[in-house]
Amino acid sequence: MRLLFSISLTLLRAKLRQSIVAAVGVMFSITMFVTLLGFMNGLNDLLDGLILNRTPHIRLYNELKASPTQPIDLTTDSSTHNFVRNVKPKNELPKLRNAQAIMDALKKDPRVLAVSPRLVAQVFFNVGTVDLNAQVNGIDVTQEVLYYRFADYLTEGDPHDLATSANTIVLGKGLADMMEASIGETVQVTTATGERAMLRVSGIFQSGIADADKVQCYANIKTVQKLLARPSSYYTDINVKLHDLLEAPVMAQELARRFDVDALDIQTANAQFETGSDVRNIISYAVGVVLLIVAGFGIYNILNMMIYEKLDAIAILKATGFSGSDVRRIFLLLSMIIGIAGGVSGLIGGFTLQNIIDNIPFVTAALPTVKTFPIDYSPKYYIIAVTFALLTTWVAGWFPARKASQVDPVEIIRGK
Amino acid sequence: MSEGTGNILEVVKVNKSFHDPVTVPVLKDVSMAVKRGEFVSVTGKSGCGKSTLLYILSTMDTDYEGQVIIDNEPTFGLTGERLSQIRNEKIGFVFQFHYLLSEFSVLKNVMLPGLKLAKRSTAEIEARAMELLKDLQVEDQALKMANQLSGGQKQRVAIARSMINDPLIIMGDEPTGNLDKKNSEIVFDIFQKIASEHKRSLLVVTHDNDFAARTDRTIVMDDGRVVG
Repeated sequence: MRLLFSISLTLLRAKLRQSIVAAVGVMFSITMFVTLLGFMNGLNDLLDGLILNRTPHIRLYNELKASPTQPIDLTTDSSTHNFVRNVKPKNELPKLRNAQAIMDALKKDPRVLAVSPRLVAQVFFNVGTVDLNAQVNGIDVTQEVLYYRFADYLTEGDPHDLATSANTIVLGKGLADMMEASIGETVQVTTATGERAMLRVSGIFQSGIADADKVQCYANIKTVQKLLARPSSYYTDINVKLHDLLEAPVMAQELARRFDVDALDIQTANAQFETGSDVRNIISYAVGVVLLIVAGFGIYNILNMMIYEKLDAIAILKATGFSGSDVRRIFLLLSMIIGIAGGVSGLIGGFTLQNIIDNIPFVTAALPTVKTFPIDYSPKYYIIAVTFALLTTWVAGWFPARKASQVDPVEIIRGK
Repeated sequence: MSEGTGNILEVVKVNKSFHDPVTVPVLKDVSMAVKRGEFVSVTGKSGCGKSTLLYILSTMDTDYEGQVIIDNEPTFGLTGERLSQIRNEKIGFVFQFHYLLSEFSVLKNVMLPGLKLAKRSTAEIEARAMELLKDLQVEDQALKMANQLSGGQKQRVAIARSMINDPLIIMGDEPTGNLDKKNSEIVFDIFQKIASEHKRSLLVVTHDNDFAARTDRTIVMDDGRVVG
């Protein structure tokens, strides 16, 4: 095998320029493959993160619903149709009953990563003569920072402040701009039931979704409970984060039945994100594979040419005792040397290019934490690229190599 | 080594036809034998089948009927792999055209069949190759690339290559066909020395009658038959 390898190397050196061209073809395609997939997936993660980071895997809540049974249904039999609908939805607060017990049960579930309560309230901000409609989310700040990257989306202020001081609020960027409020200032809030309170602005929040930033604001859950004059067991939502995102739809149904609440899973709420990522992935893989196949044709051509030029050499190798499979191995090795050299330099090239893209400034108002283009450096793409490169060069080398192994030395030698 | 008959090479009733475009018989019941240390030439008119016979004997052409026995081993029907081994170990070739590999140095060209056989270490093969080149008076060319040599030198390198594995028989297809009188003379002397001193058999196809006349035995072929 070492002899065959050294023969391959010598043949390669004799055709150095063509071999380098072939290797550069492989290198180029691997570079592009790795860069493209890294960049595409960096973007995917970023865009998905926009929603997925901030969204619980399962949200438990109570929805106001029309009464499912009207009194008349109880008195008539099924053969008649009734259209009397006099019972209206009950004046019931969207409170989750037994919230503490549900949370305790969830915390014991091995599938659950984190459970955090929320209290969502509709409020008005009084700015001069105008009342701005907004939604205050009472949150457990430490949990939100840990599991929902709350701190990443604070453009100003410290989440610690919100967690520790009473009567503080974090305003959405759009809302703060409209009120011309900055950190340390006090804003006046009116609840739906007419209670008023003064809250100190302790931070500005930017989610990247402009519409949301105009109405959303965050406060400590205790502050909101106090604002609404509700006891400390009063929650409207329970957010659940799972270890495995894919379990969410099944588990949501199970929780809804078990606790008699509404449950919304992330897949149902954000179906379009999965689809978008999948399509982008398919496109980038397709482009990458096409690049590799083109490089494979390059190798195929060069080996074919080399074999035509080297018919004499093949004939004499066979005449002096090299078998057909020896000859096949020589040319396969040749192809693999080109593939490995091109593949390895392609990986280095890909990593370099990823680094360059990673350093290109990418500033957008929608994404406060992103300063440069996102890149996913996952080794997965490097492994796929190398596997594909070796596979293509092997296939591209195999056909010419087989042809070389079938060369009839008698025909060549007698033909002279 | 051969025992009994003392024949290195034996051909038993070999028939061969070309089938394209019509079936034409080229070899008809050819039988012959070459003894150890014998220098045999094969002559005949163009198209009499002498080269065709040589390539059947070389084991490279397997499309024939009959039997070729090399060193007491019948070769008909053996696998390509085994035939390669026989060629590598027991047969040396010298062709009309030198067929040196232009990518390799002269020395490496001579060494290649030895490296393939791998019965000796690389250093030993190299020493043996230098020795052969010295015998053939081209040792000063050893490190040049093969295409930098003159025609006569190339043919001598090709002879050195054919001898690297100490084959039982060296086959030549018009080995002097491309050479001038002086170089032909040198090649003939080398062949004679191989036969008499090294006790190797030689089977050389030629249409040079002077060359043929000076060999131990001449096999004359005509229209696919051995006639003398």
